[in-house]
Amino acid sequence: MITDSISVPREDRLSAIRTSKLFWPLAALALLLSFNLITDPSFFAIEYKNGVFFGSLIDILNRAAPVALLALGMTLVIATGGIDLSVGSIMAIAGATSAWLISHEVVNSLWLILAISLGVSLLAGLWNGLLVTALGIQPIIATLILMVAGRGIAQLITNGQVLTFSHEGFEMIGGGAFLGLPLSISIVICSYALALLLLRKTALGLFIESIGSNPIASHYTGIRSNLVKFSVYGVCGVAAGLAGLILTSDIQGADANNVGLWSELDAILAVVIGGTALTGGRFSLSTTLVGVVILQTLTTTILTHGLPVQYTLIVKSAVVIIVMLLMSAEFRHQMKSLFQRGQRSE
Amino acid sequence: MSDVEILAVTGLSKSFPGVKALNDVSLSLREGEVHALMGGNGAGKSTLIKCLTGFYSSDSGKVFLAGKDISSLKPDQIQTCGISTVHQEVNLIPTLSVAENIFLGRQPKIRGRIDWKTMNSKARAVLARLNLDIDVTQMLSSYSIAIQQMVAIARGVDMSARVLILDEPTSSLDLKEVEQLFSVMRRLTAEGTAIVFVTHFLDQVYAISNRISVLRNGHYIGTYEKADLPQNALISKMLGKTISDKTDSSTKKQSQDQDEKEVYLTASGIGKSGYIEPIDLKVHQGEVIGLAGLLGSGRSEIAKLLFGVVQPDTGRLYVQGTEQLFSSPRKAIQQGLAFCPEDRKKEGLIGELSVKENIILALQAKRGWYRALTGVQQEKIAKDFIKSLKIVTSDLNKPVKELSGGNQQKVVLARWLASAPSFLILDEPTRGVDIGAHQEIVRIIKGLSKQGLAIMVIASELEEVVDISDRVIVLKDRKQIKELSGDEISEANVLSSIAEGAL
Ligand SMILES: Nc1ncnc2c1ncn2[C@@H]1O[C@H](COP(=O)(O)OP(=O)(O)OP(=O)(O)O)[C@@H](O)[C@H]1O
Ligand SMILES: [Mg+2]
Repeated sequence: MITDSISVPREDRLSAIRTSKLFWPLAALALLLSFNLITDPSFFAIEYKNGVFFGSLIDILNRAAPVALLALGMTLVIATGGIDLSVGSIMAIAGATSAWLISHEVVNSLWLILAISLGVSLLAGLWNGLLVTALGIQPIIATLILMVAGRGIAQLITNGQVLTFSHEGFEMIGGGAFLGLPLSISIVICSYALALLLLRKTALGLFIESIGSNPIASHYTGIRSNLVKFSVYGVCGVAAGLAGLILTSDIQGADANNVGLWSELDAILAVVIGGTALTGGRFSLSTTLVGVVILQTLTTTILTHGLPVQYTLIVKSAVVIIVMLLMSAEFRHQMKSLFQRGQRSE
Repeated sequence: MSDVEILAVTGLSKSFPGVKALNDVSLSLREGEVHALMGGNGAGKSTLIKCLTGFYSSDSGKVFLAGKDISSLKPDQIQTCGISTVHQEVNLIPTLSVAENIFLGRQPKIRGRIDWKTMNSKARAVLARLNLDIDVTQMLSSYSIAIQQMVAIARGVDMSARVLILDEPTSSLDLKEVEQLFSVMRRLTAEGTAIVFVTHFLDQVYAISNRISVLRNGHYIGTYEKADLPQNALISKMLGKTISDKTDSSTKKQSQDQDEKEVYLTASGIGKSGYIEPIDLKVHQGEVIGLAGLLGSGRSEIAKLLFGVVQPDTGRLYVQGTEQLFSSPRKAIQQGLAFCPEDRKKEGLIGELSVKENIILALQAKRGWYRALTGVQQEKIAKDFIKSLKIVTSDLNKPVKELSGGNQQKVVLARWLASAPSFLILDEPTRGVDIGAHQEIVRIIKGLSKQGLAIMVIASELEEVVDISDRVIVLKDRKQIKELSGDEISEANVLSSIAEGAL
């Protein structure tokens, strides 16, 4: 009896931790990192040279930045019950726009370049929103349109070539450093902080989850579903544009054919690994961020262990399957009962 | 009824995080009996049913069907053994036709393909047993929640062999449908089928059941012969305390001073062809208007028209003298309306969100996204309603879909009460709510109308409509046929107006 009353709360607390959304993604990340620690102790080494930090971990975060931005917008879109396939193309559009502005010397001010490129991305995102809300087109189809057309538009802007340029200020976005860390990391942190503030200090986050969980009931409750969805696609567009600018600035050129190619899939994967259901409803930006880091760590791990790049995709999908299985309550339940049956038969 | 035991449950326990839903429950069911399973909201009735039909795996305890241990079987295996269940939440597939739903998983086939003709005609025959004549090729979701409930019952009845379990099958049915269901139940028991019947309507329990088992807070209280358990005793066993007899009728307000009350909303000739015939309506502040009529008479349709869910194609609507056009519920809410819909799963609950978030949602939407209620404010509002409506939940941050059916209903009701409306439309506000909370809700409605709120109530329970209304509008075949007020309001008068309307 006494042991009972002690063990029950602890059971409860343990299971509360285990069912917490952050648990499985973080566990997967920890596993990946410890694998690296064992096979390559230098993985965790961080050097400080000329006021800048270097190391695999920093590299992972830096490379993860564009997908982190995409996944931010994607989380919100998915939470409303939608999906955005066009983010890769919006990256290309934003990159092409900025490269065109610089190389044709249309404007020179960094802020104007940013404002115009992000403005174009916003329009692209709102276009998706318009198709989804006003015309009622299924999100997957509506954004497929821009996914295909968007890359075409970007190619038109760059004339089908890799448009290279040099602009001192603009190069800082993908290549600069702040507090000894790549600037892109700060951009990601600021974007997530801003989003969290906006979503959780206002009722926007609640409305988004409500719409994704039950659109009909939300309509009855007086939530402006269409306006919320429209804005969320806009935000997703801007976030994608920012990701595109980071990559474009990093290579000092706009490659309309390849920038952000297939990265919408990485973004969706990160969201799903982070535990936000594709059916919409509850979302969590922090777990999405963990999902992004898992994906990039995986890619980096494969590369640093000398595995051919071709394996990346296969290993990635295997890890995704494992994380998803672990997150599924049904699967855990079945494993548990399988385990118990095994015990009983012993 | 024989004395042969067909189903036995022994020592069943089931816990969810934070709640022990069933605590060492035992139950015995005899061939050919109607066994009422009673208990307040959240007592564990549905959980018990889900455990013994294999939907939940119980933590401990066994279930025997005719002596055979079926505790570890899967739901479909248990169904094949001869237990068919109609769950509290209609769990059919909304996008399939009525006939497909009735024969889901057991479609008649010829040469490996579905035999649509046979299936449709059989479905019609099955529904005819319940006196229901509808187009079985239509999508299930195109019908009202009551019809969907009838379809679910028809499916259960058609499959039942040895045991039929009905979890609140009558919660949105009218008198006539209930009678029909009872006659089918009597026929089944005569053939030896044992029936488990869950309801919160005491008169239905006493009309049909042989024995009564009571659960309270997950504990098994006992099983009684109906004759040995008078209503009052049953109530005190269910709630753990006695409650005062029916609300005293002195609270019934005089409707003479109606002319002095200010008109809040006027509908003149608003209607929509094929949906509801044009109606005229004046709603006064501090007045409760009841809508009475049979299933499909157009009660919910009026509510949806007023609330902007559906737009009228004729007529005008005035709120406090100014003409309004509600193109969406949002517009109506901003003019002070609130509408607690009948279909709580589809139109009410936001399943994944917490109890707290569900309660404050309409108020928050009314305030706008940028004026967020603080955590403290949210908690206070939620706690107040959890207390006043007796919502049973282990935690106010629990996802609302994990609450028992009756408690979910109270959450939806709380949302609209919390939105501080001037005109409150309630469509079946007490659906699935236990007697204790039922009285409390009626009391709250009366209290609100005293404070000057205009209220419109739709309830299939005629007694309830008559009890709380100052005015009753009788509907038939989607037409307004009569208006009763003051002393004219009685169950007999409502029924006779409906009957006369037929002429
Ligand atoms: N899936 C679930 N997860 C967590 N808690 C649950 C779940 N299902 C039921 N419960 C809890 O178990 C208790 C019993 O619920 P149950 O649905 O069995 O009540 P009930 O007797 O059917 O009530 P009602 O009359 O309202 O339908 C409630 O406290 C409920 O919150
Ligand atoms: Mg129940």
